[in-house]
Amino acid sequence: MSKLVSLTMAEARKGLAAKDFTAVELVDAHIRQAEAARPLNAFVTETFEAARAQAAASDQRLAKGQAGAMEGLPIGMKDLFCTEGVRTTACSKILDNFVPPYESTVSANLKKAGAVVLGKTALDEFAMGSSNMTSAFGVVENPWKRASDPAARLVPGGSSGGSAAAVAARMVMGATGTDTGGSIRQPAAFCGITGIKPTYGRCSRWGVIAFASSLDQAGPMARTARDCAIMLGAMAGFDPKDSTSAPVPVPNFEAALTGDVRGLKVGIPREYRPEGLSAEIQALWDKGIALLQAAGATPVEISLPHTKYALPTYYIVAPAECSSNLARYDGLRYGRRVEGKSLDEMYAKSRAAGFGAEVRRRILIGTYVLSAGYYDAYYAKAQKVRRLIAEDFTKAFQTVDVILTPTAPSAAFGIGETDDNPVTMWLNDVFTIPTSLAGLPGLSLPGGLSADGLPLGLQLIGRPFDEETVLRVADVMEKAVGFDAVPALVEG
Amino acid sequence: MAYVIEGETGDWELVIGLEVHAQVTSKSKLFSGAATDFGAEPNTQVSLVDAAMPGMLPVINEKCVEQAVRTGLGLKAKINLTSVFARKNYFYADLPQGYQISQFEFPIVGEGEVILDMPDGSTRTVGIERLHLEQDAGKSLHDQHPSKSFIDLNRAGVSLMEIVSKPDMRSPEEAAAYVTKLRSILRYLGTCDGNMAEGSMRCDANVSVRKAGEPYRTRAEIKNVNSIRFLQQAIEYEARRQIDVYEDGGQVVQETRLWDSTKGETRSMRSKEQAHDYRYFPDPDLLPLVLEQAYVDEIKAGLPELPDEKKDRFIKDYGLSTYDAGVLVAEQANADFFEAVARGRDPKLACNWVMGDFAAAQNRLGRTIDDPVVSAADLGGLVDLIADNTISGRIAKEVFELMVDSGKAPAVIVEEKGLKQVTDTGAIEAAIDAVLAANPDKVADYKGGKDKLFGFFVGQVMKSTGGKANPALVNDILKAKLA
Amino acid sequence: MSLDKATVRTIANLARLEVRDDELDHLAGELSNIMTFVEQLAEVNTDGVQPMTSVAAMSLPRRADEVTDGNCRDKVLANAPEQQDGFFLVPKVVE
Ligand SMILES: [Mg+2]
Ligand SMILES: [Zn+2]
Repeated sequence: MSKLVSLTMAEARKGLAAKDFTAVELVDAHIRQAEAARPLNAFVTETFEAARAQAAASDQRLAKGQAGAMEGLPIGMKDLFCTEGVRTTACSKILDNFVPPYESTVSANLKKAGAVVLGKTALDEFAMGSSNMTSAFGVVENPWKRASDPAARLVPGGSSGGSAAAVAARMVMGATGTDTGGSIRQPAAFCGITGIKPTYGRCSRWGVIAFASSLDQAGPMARTARDCAIMLGAMAGFDPKDSTSAPVPVPNFEAALTGDVRGLKVGIPREYRPEGLSAEIQALWDKGIALLQAAGATPVEISLPHTKYALPTYYIVAPAECSSNLARYDGLRYGRRVEGKSLDEMYAKSRAAGFGAEVRRRILIGTYVLSAGYYDAYYAKAQKVRRLIAEDFTKAFQTVDVILTPTAPSAAFGIGETDDNPVTMWLNDVFTIPTSLAGLPGLSLPGGLSADGLPLGLQLIGRPFDEETVLRVADVMEKAVGFDAVPALVEG
Repeated sequence: MAYVIEGETGDWELVIGLEVHAQVTSKSKLFSGAATDFGAEPNTQVSLVDAAMPGMLPVINEKCVEQAVRTGLGLKAKINLTSVFARKNYFYADLPQGYQISQFEFPIVGEGEVILDMPDGSTRTVGIERLHLEQDAGKSLHDQHPSKSFIDLNRAGVSLMEIVSKPDMRSPEEAAAYVTKLRSILRYLGTCDGNMAEGSMRCDANVSVRKAGEPYRTRAEIKNVNSIRFLQQAIEYEARRQIDVYEDGGQVVQETRLWDSTKGETRSMRSKEQAHDYRYFPDPDLLPLVLEQAYVDEIKAGLPELPDEKKDRFIKDYGLSTYDAGVLVAEQANADFFEAVARGRDPKLACNWVMGDFAAAQNRLGRTIDDPVVSAADLGGLVDLIADNTISGRIAKEVFELMVDSGKAPAVIVEEKGLKQVTDTGAIEAAIDAVLAANPDKVADYKGGKDKLFGFFVGQVMKSTGGKANPALVNDILKAKLA
Repeated sequence: MSLDKATVRTIANLARLEVRDDELDHLAGELSNIMTFVEQLAEVNTDGVQPMTSVAAMSLPRRADEVTDGNCRDKVLANAPEQQDGFFLVPKVVE
């Protein structure tokens, strides 16, 4: 394995500037790694040839001193971002032949910054899932292995599982994710990498296939807080094509990484210690608190009283929006069509054939909670509880600067090890969903390894549009944790 | 006098409410930058947003918001400073998103009113319930192929105002007057061109019947009515149908019916209609639309004089009859034409010409007011020639026809054709003397008491002068000579 | 809250999802399970709380009325399963 794939983006950027290696060499090294790691199934569509050409163009810009912020850096693009001329599937059969004639704002921003896209990474179908097992194109495998059972194949988490696996396996230096209820943070935790869901409105949703519009937010997944800062800076920005895009300037996120967290108040929510929380996760959290304290920050116990209602709220709001957002997949203008005798039959057959079980389930739930007679009891009620959850955070941030919690209640689980009760699967997102409902920035960084040798994540939550504090704290914690474990696949 | 329909069980009263969909005059669509022109090649005025491609998002057109506020103000309605866009979810071939973005709980415009001008000169007030903005759907063509429908999304996403009246109308004529007046107001405001043939104004009618003094009974909604004449026919038919149902011991069901203009009947759409459950909810791609009061005030300050105000002014300032004023103000261009003719002249005379010979010629030649048979300046010139006695009213009619034919100015025609009125008393006296000399027996009869012969003498004089003699002078001199 | 098979049929029809008869039992059970889970929201006191439809603390941005888009029929039709003469084609809709 080439040393080039072990570099962080920040290091590679220096190396490119110093002409230690070229973008073509850097990209080629990652393509070789991606080819070696193909059994993980992290990519739905590889665009290696185009990547090589882009790398050559990057070398020319580097030579002319016209390098962008991510010039020549190889990345993966979650297959939820529409990419012009490159098949975009959302890992659904209903879009298995869809080639967008347009480019999402976020992917366009990254390309403009010089990033080189190696391919489209896998996800749970339409980003609905926490395991990547709902993808129509096969499961993605986590590059990490249990010490006790190296033969077991583990999930990378989801929905941005392909991105997380590709970054962890050093196929790319970073990848885009989207997070609706934890889809960046939970797979980042499962794969031992860092990922940040920025504030709602920070990254444009234009050209990103919608799951739940009021929650969906794009963000970077990489191996360090600094790399996330670099990549977020390239992705973010006001977009007049998205009516929910925030008209706020993009700060220099990297400049926020001062290494100093002295005097910072860190909220420790007592509701995130539910009964039955594993001792291992509890210990990880305590370790995180101790590290921050040692760095000069002050832990403050806080209360987020409506935390337990976040999951049921989410599972009304997100399916409701999804049932409407996915109505456009009707086999008429694009996507899979199954012929029928009538228009309605064509719709029903196309959609039944095109959508997988989890997506169908959520469409049905969403249709139900919006239907006549149930709207007030479910949807309107959930919208009210959502406000209470958001207000919990607003109150907490009157006394603290950042909040620390575990990212997920467990380490990565095995493919096929879950029962088929969807609610059990949803519990994976119990710590990430409240942040999504409140639209706040949330980051997951590796906090250490489980007894069985699997990465565990810690989550940092910030004030609206204060990704800078989140990244600054993450950077300090990352150095203190000194997480240097690599997945078996990378070692070998 | 109230409009009633006689039934076997007594008199029935009609209750009508109308929902008008008016296309907002704007260059681009409500939520996309695609054009709105009528009649373009299929799917050429469609953006990726209109086609509901994955990941596409709506951004609202400020002009459409302004037009809705303008219309609301023109309807003397409450402008809601906060309104919300909601999704109306249903599947249809011409609805690409699988939902229509509309307004539900919180429309941009609340209650207002429209004053109807009835043909007998009376007025009636019809309440407006609300006005909201929404997207139009695309178009399905069903007759191009034996087993397929063709879908054109050019209209998909075009901005509509749905204007909902209260159930305040009681006759087909009132419904017609309402649509006519509403269209007039929208055209004055420049917010909708009101072209029903091109579908930029469409009308759904909610119709029910009841015995006098009863509360409302079940209503049926008639969709797809695209002319005012059809609207009247559809309402008449539907009212009769409902009365027949009741009088046969049946019950009217609440349903959507379609107006079939070839058969002249309404038809139930129930068989085709799935149970509708639109599952409205606030569109999460759009935030609440918040307007500043100052913004509304500014639009209000820029409103034109509307038909009702103009009508009042025409009656007050020009002394026109209610009827004449009502006809003249219905179309702003007509009102403007009239004012151009009337300015600085006798308004009654101007009105008679605009509504008389001019309107007749316009009709006869199928011309619109933008392309008049004679210009307002020339028609005004003609009125001047009458007023200063250069020509008589009778000659003026002749001159007017020559103006229409030749396009020449009235003074030029009068000059060329020598139609100038004779006001030289000597010449008139000579002509009268000649007529009296030629008809001694009639002069004797007149003097013997046959007063009616006076008209005969006048006619003879006018004839001998080619109609150019000033009629007043002829009268005066003739009276003196016969005295 | 338990959903019966008829309700599942109705919502599947509203959502235009074909559901086979032999799937109904399983789906009804699954959906009932989910509805029971979300039902716990009923215990939250939300008196006087305004529903939160968006976390974005701003009002709706408006764009200028200019023709900036459209005129791209090739793109619009590029992924169409069936098209002819510039139209999308679907099974005949009977009116
Ligand atoms: Mg309506
Ligand atoms: Zn409507």
